[in-house]
Amino acid sequence: METNTYYRTDQEFFVDMQRCIGCHACEMACAECETNGQESMIHVNYVDRAYTIQTTVQVCMHCEDPVCAQVCPADAIAKDEFGVVHTANTSRCIGCSNCVMACPFGVPKKQEQYDLMMKCNMCYDRTSAGKKPMCATVCPSQALYYGTREEIRAMRPNSEPVNTFIFGKETVKTKVNIMMPKGSTFLKVH
Amino acid sequence: MATLPVQADAIIQRYGPHLNYAPKEGFYGREEPDKSVKTHCCFCGMQCGIKLLVKDNKVVGFDPWMEFPFNEGRLCPKGVQRYLQNNHPDRLLSPLKRVAGQGFEPVGWEEAMDTTIAAIRRIQQTYGKDAFSILSGVSLTNEKSYLVGKLARVAFQTKNLDYNGRLCMVSAGAGNKKAFGLDRASNTYADLKHAEVIIIAGANVSETFPTLTHWVWQARDNGAKLIIIDPRVTPIARTADLHLDVRPGTDSALYGAMLNYLVQQDLLDHDFIDNYTMGFADTIAAVKDYSLEWAAGVTGISIEKIRQAAELWGRAKTSFLLHARGIEHHTKGVDNVLGCINLVLATGRIGKPYCGYGTITGQGNGQGGREHGHKCDQLPGNRDITNPEHRQYIANVWGIEESALPGKGYTAYALIEAIHRGEVKGLLSICFNPLVSLPNNQFVREALEKLEFYVAIDFFLNETARHADIVLAGSLQEEEEGTVTTAEGRVTRIRQAVTPPGEARADTEILLEIARRLGAGDKFNFQSSEEIFNELRVASKGGTADYYGITYEKIEKQMGVFWPCPSLDHPGTPRLWEDRKFSTPDGKAHFNPVTYKPPSEVTDAEYPVVLTTGRVVSQYLSGTQTRRIGKLVDQFPEPLLEIHPEMAARYGITQRQLVRVSTRRGAAEFHANIVETIRKDTVFIPYHWPGKKSANQLTIGTLDPVSKIPEFKVCACQLTPLQEEESGAGNPAYASE
Repeated sequence: METNTYYRTDQEFFVDMQRCIGCHACEMACAECETNGQESMIHVNYVDRAYTIQTTVQVCMHCEDPVCAQVCPADAIAKDEFGVVHTANTSRCIGCSNCVMACPFGVPKKQEQYDLMMKCNMCYDRTSAGKKPMCATVCPSQALYYGTREEIRAMRPNSEPVNTFIFGKETVKTKVNIMMPKGSTFLKVH
Repeated sequence: MATLPVQADAIIQRYGPHLNYAPKEGFYGREEPDKSVKTHCCFCGMQCGIKLLVKDNKVVGFDPWMEFPFNEGRLCPKGVQRYLQNNHPDRLLSPLKRVAGQGFEPVGWEEAMDTTIAAIRRIQQTYGKDAFSILSGVSLTNEKSYLVGKLARVAFQTKNLDYNGRLCMVSAGAGNKKAFGLDRASNTYADLKHAEVIIIAGANVSETFPTLTHWVWQARDNGAKLIIIDPRVTPIARTADLHLDVRPGTDSALYGAMLNYLVQQDLLDHDFIDNYTMGFADTIAAVKDYSLEWAAGVTGISIEKIRQAAELWGRAKTSFLLHARGIEHHTKGVDNVLGCINLVLATGRIGKPYCGYGTITGQGNGQGGREHGHKCDQLPGNRDITNPEHRQYIANVWGIEESALPGKGYTAYALIEAIHRGEVKGLLSICFNPLVSLPNNQFVREALEKLEFYVAIDFFLNETARHADIVLAGSLQEEEEGTVTTAEGRVTRIRQAVTPPGEARADTEILLEIARRLGAGDKFNFQSSEEIFNELRVASKGGTADYYGITYEKIEKQMGVFWPCPSLDHPGTPRLWEDRKFSTPDGKAHFNPVTYKPPSEVTDAEYPVVLTTGRVVSQYLSGTQTRRIGKLVDQFPEPLLEIHPEMAARYGITQRQLVRVSTRRGAAEFHANIVETIRKDTVFIPYHWPGKKSANQLTIGTLDPVSKIPEFKVCACQLTPLQEEESGAGNPAYASE
């Protein structure tokens, strides 16, 4: 992947689920991107609407050791020097859905009409030009925040960015952080 | 004749609502637009900054406007999709005339204007000037609002002009004038950041003003306690420190008991009360019997929660109280507002950094629109149409005799009643869709059908405009220059991005042409929106809403100017009352006694369930615009009946089952959404939809005695679960009849 000097390596992505208001602005803004064909690469869902209005928002976590790339038989998924895990290379992807099944966060989606996996590349066109990803730009509650670790620590002193996830015996470290109560160091998924 | 010319389905087939989606590859030219125009969203009172991308005189996309200080690029789904109202297949491209039995036929402007003017003249000559009325709306810019007001009073010479703010901010406006002598939020939202306690009463902030959520969270990051008063667990209520699940229609009992608690515990700012307010003794006397126990019984909120709220509020050093339609859409809407203000005044936390109060104005220009134009009792600058000095000042600005200036006319719903009883015969509407947005809309339809002549100015053929004799194809927000005033009182610039398509014309041009043809052209000699604004500045000078020192240039330079701004060298007033001099005649802030009264319709054996109405995040007002944007409709394709599982079980209602909801006004059918996030005694329906899916078939047309706002937020209903085949609604989503 070609080096782009405008990519700001000091900026990171932070997700704070408690702030999500379920408005879907992120999805609609994401879908506007010319490479996404009016499909969103970020997904908002109710947790269980019968009991709560709470929604979750799932963006690609950009794993340090991305399992989607490991299981890809066509070598279509690549992580770049900045840690961004890119969506499937369209000329390589064979639409096998290995990545869809392997991702612990349920991020890649197979777009049947294109026979192609598509997922978030953290708005590479924007971030490589020094801008914030579109979802984090528009998010009205700033459940999605893009900026430096110092900024978010100063702004949100009661929360802690966490990027270690434990799934059973597997530990996954990600480029994207989620905000957890102060003192947290990992999220264990039971 | 204001009946439908043909069946609604035939009209819908031609004029929509049809759903507009962007093509998968985006609109042509989005990646290389001719220009990027810094303007504002066309929807709510937040008026978020946004850039519209334009190619070949079409809006083809948007870009976040990062520098605009309120939203810094943030947008809600309506804002992200708002560009799709432009370049829309339903857009009216020429004037239309009603042809009985056939529908609408495109006509030229000459014919449309000739017909309109002849009808206005005939009706006014036959029945008197006031027999022709105007209903306007506050999605219009300040310039257009001002123009509509002047058009009614100077060209039509009718007193009967009112606006859709009557369904929106009038209770707050009336309450604020009583208490402060001025109608504006006292602080900008920046003062939320270090408020220790925030009360949000009757405002589903995260759905109706999503971009305000970030300001609330900034306060919470700094340790603020958040108290939400709402019958439902809204997205903002979900994480609140305290959620007071008030029974609809009982808000003032809560505020009364909280005030009484503050008195009992002496959590009062005596210095502020003694030196800067009036009416405290009478006000606390009115609530002396309002114990926490009593309030718990009336409101359905637990004693402990009310106590906690009063403790938090009473002991805070800084605070911000916000309210919106949830407490204002009541027959005691003004009382509810005053109850909130009493809590603010008792603690003296106003007019200081991080000490704020305000209604969250709902409509795009709900603030500016109500100050300068089309409210039946108001003249520009928030002047009173019954005040002789105010009348004389405006008559001088307009170059007419004071005696020629009409008096106070009917408020919006009363105007519909006057049409219904045959007193008012003609109607011009602009930016108002009363068939969807007014309560008890069967009655509204009957009224429309009695009109002798109805002319509608609009860009889409909304449900009400389908009843028109003549439709004048007007303009979208992005098709004219102008200004709006946000919920914070910040006057901002709306920029023209494109010109109206086809034969459609700018609203301003249409209004000026009507004025000319009615013989008042010499009073309407404007060449640009800026010229209209400059006259508005003079007309507002010396009024409470003084815009005299605001110019287009200053707005652009400062990214908005907060009124009052009385002189050219004045920077504007972001925070009111820092000098402790209020705008009342005696300069004091006024407490107002509020005794609890029940809503106009209470539940009984026949109608045992409380019905309340509200909004969803992807729709705006009566949906004229947002029900035409594909993804916003996909997000909420139809209104659902929110019902608690215990009540659903009692009626044998299952998830998504069709339920007939009946009130004394009518019946309508909705699919159930069984959720624990609502009170057990209350059901909720969002109101944005027309025809057989309209919640306003059920709501009650009783009005607040002061503000004349209808009681949308509470009435009594009964529920009957149905099988799909029992439904009488057919394919109801968009049908009008």
